Amino acid sequence: MAKKNYAFYPGCSSQKGASASNYLNSFGLMCEKLDIQLNEVPDWNCCGASIAYAEGSELPRLMLSARNMAIVEKELPGQDMVSGCPACWLALREAKGRFEEHGSMKTEANECLQDLNLSYQGQVKPRHMTEVLIEDIGYDAMKAQVVRPLDGVKIAGYVGCQTNRPFGIDGESFENPMYLDKMIETVGAEPVPYDQKVTCCGGALAFSEPDKSYKQIRDIVESAYDHGAQVIATPCQLCQANVELYQSEINKKQGTKFSMPVVFYSQLLGLAYGGDLKQTGLDGQVIRANVLEKFIK
Amino acid sequence: MSEALGQANSQAIARYKNNFLKEVEERVEDGQWVKMCMQCGVCAGSCPFGPHWEHSPQKIFMMIRAGKREEVLTSDSMWMCTSCYNCVVRCPRKLPITHIMHGLANYAHRLGLVAKGQPTRDIAVLFWKNIIKGGRLNELTFSLSMYFRDGFGQGVKNAMAMQGIGLALVKTKRLNPMEILGGHMCKDKSGIQRMLAKAAEIEDKRRGMA
Repeated sequence: MAKKNYAFYPGCSSQKGASASNYLNSFGLMCEKLDIQLNEVPDWNCCGASIAYAEGSELPRLMLSARNMAIVEKELPGQDMVSGCPACWLALREAKGRFEEHGSMKTEANECLQDLNLSYQGQVKPRHMTEVLIEDIGYDAMKAQVVRPLDGVKIAGYVGCQTNRPFGIDGESFENPMYLDKMIETVGAEPVPYDQKVTCCGGALAFSEPDKSYKQIRDIVESAYDHGAQVIATPCQLCQANVELYQSEINKKQGTKFSMPVVFYSQLLGLAYGGDLKQTGLDGQVIRANVLEKFIK
Repeated sequence: MSEALGQANSQAIARYKNNFLKEVEERVEDGQWVKMCMQCGVCAGSCPFGPHWEHSPQKIFMMIRAGKREEVLTSDSMWMCTSCYNCVVRCPRKLPITHIMHGLANYAHRLGLVAKGQPTRDIAVLFWKNIIKGGRLNELTFSLSMYFRDGFGQGVKNAMAMQGIGLALVKTKRLNPMEILGGHMCKDKSGIQRMLAKAAEIEDKRRGMA
C-alpha cells in the first residue's frame, strides 16, 4: 500500500527530552504499521497553547499558527498538517477559522509574513493524529495490524477537553465521545464506562492554581479506579502529564494512594502491534504501566 | 501601577466615557459578541473552576453592559479560565466565551489593572516570554522561571517541593537538564520576533491603542 503523506507538527512537548517525548516515540511503529509517513514541518514554532493570551493579543497569537501553516503551504504543499497535540491542532484550527471569517485579518497576517518570505493562503487542513487514524485509516485497518491483543486490560479512555471541544472529532458528541473507547476495543482491551471522560484536568492552571487543578485530577483518577480501570489512556499531552505527575502530590497532600498509569492511545496501538518498551514509549512512564508491560516478553 | 499603564487606563476612560460595552467591543478580542448573551447561565454551570471565581462569564457579560468597568477589569474571573471550552460548546447563542475571557484578561493586563501576584497572569506572561525567545517552549527554563517568580528563597522551596516529579521526569528522559543551555529553538527566531512585533503594531493600530 502506498504510504499516506502528512506534514507533521510535533509541538514543543513532544520534542526530544520534553515532557511528552515518549508520546512521539510511540508514533514510529504505529505509523510504520499503518503506512503513515510523517514529514516534519521545517522550523515549526510554538502554537502559543492556551496560556499565551495575557501577553499575546489576538493577532500575534494567530500569527504563530499562520507562520506554521504558511511553511506547510510552501514546503509541503498539498499535505494535511497533522499534530499529536490537541493544543497545537486547536490553535491551527482557530487561526484558520478566524482568517476565513475575517478576510481583513488574513490580509494583516500576510503583511506580517512578508518579511519572512512566507504567505498564508488558507489551503492547509489541520488534523489531529486521532482524526487521521479514525478517518483516513479506520478502525478495521487499525485492528488488522494487531498481533498482540491486550486481552483483559481495563482502560478508562480519558478524552479531556481540547481534542473534544470546541471542534472535536467529526460525528462525536461533546458530552460523551466514543472514539477513544472504540480505539481501546480495537486493540483488544476493555473500555470502562466512567463519569469523568471529558472532565478538565486544569490544563495550564495546574501550574498557577494547583489545588483547584488537583481536585479535577483527583476526580478523574478516583472515578477511573471506582469503575475498575487499571490504566487511563488519553490523546492529550497536558492531560497525560497533569493526571500522571500530580498523583504523587495529591497522595502527599490528601492521603490518597493513587498509582494509576496514564498512557497515550498511540502507546496502546504500538503495544498491540508488537512494540517493545522503547517503541511503545512505555519506558517513559513515571507511574509504570505494569499491566501493559507484562505483554512485552 | 506604573505611570505608563496608569496613563493607558485613563486614556481609555476618557475615550469611552461611560460606554464600557463599546470599549469592550472595540478593544477586546471577540468583544463584539458580549451583547449577544441572553443570561441563561449555562456557562456558569459548565465551568470546571466555577466554584472558585468571583463572577461567572454570564455575570461578567451583564456587568460589561451595565458599565461596571473597574469591577470587570479587576475581577479574578478571567484568570480562572482553563480553556476547556465547555462553555463555548454549550452556549445556546454560540458566544466564543473562552476567547472573550482571554481577551478581557489580556486587556486588563495591558491596562495594568490585574492584582500583583495573580498567579495565572504571572505564568502566562512567563510562558509568552519563553516561547518568543527561541520560537519554541523550553519546558525547563519555563518551570524554573515559575518556581523562582517570587524570589530566590521561595524558588528553592518550590523547586524542592517539586523535585520528586522533576527527577522522575529526568529519569524517564522527559526533562533534559541540558535545556538550560538553550535547548530546542527555531532557526528563524529573529524572523518570528519581528513577525510578532509587527502583528502587535497592526492590531494596536486597528483597536485604537497605538
